[in-house]
Amino acid sequence: MKDKLNIIVMNGTVDKLLAMATIVSGAVAMGKDVTLFVTFWGLMAFRKGAWQDPAQQKLPAEYQEYAPMMQQAMQTMGVNPWMQTLRTAKELGNVTVYSCSMTQDLFGLKMGDLEDVVDGEKGVAGFIAESQDAEVLVF
Amino acid sequence: MTDTANQGTTVKQEIDARGSACPGPLMELIRGIKAAGVGDAVAVLSSDPGSNKDIPDWVDKIGYELVANEDLGAYHRFVVRKTK
Repeated sequence: MKDKLNIIVMNGTVDKLLAMATIVSGAVAMGKDVTLFVTFWGLMAFRKGAWQDPAQQKLPAEYQEYAPMMQQAMQTMGVNPWMQTLRTAKELGNVTVYSCSMTQDLFGLKMGDLEDVVDGEKGVAGFIAESQDAEVLVF
Repeated sequence: MTDTANQGTTVKQEIDARGSACPGPLMELIRGIKAAGVGDAVAVLSSDPGSNKDIPDWVDKIGYELVANEDLGAYHRFVVRKTK
């Protein structure tokens, strides 16, 4: 088992973001260093306040019908919002979050537009270089 | 609720993570353990069924000691000693 887990966060839907944040937590618990490379729709979800704004919380269209049931179940079970789970993981472990500089240009996003959980921006080559001795997941 | 399994163990901190879902209770335990000194024991209460797998797995991997895992019906109480 490698001690580094790098995740390409491409999806901006809440289901995938929640799974991603939970997996980051598990990796941190097991002593892994985690690096996120946040790109495309993933980066849209990292805009300041997006995770708290119902209008900006997306679900994949094919699962839309489950949205009310999921929301209810998550409330009953006490599931934290994904951003909160990610922040806790970052607080307790070694988690570095990079935004994709190309996506930032594409959507006209400045660092100040993003949640402060983002540590900096990186290009794809830099991320790949950092992933040499890591397991890589795409989310 | 103190417990024969805990004989000789003083629990320094008891964390109530009931009502919190995966990975909440484990992360709260890790937070508590980080702040604890070597030799200290930390207890966490969890109503998340996943904790019953996750917390022992974590303790095993990290190499601490699971002093107790008490089934209290609606929740479990895990006592973990920071051994190093």
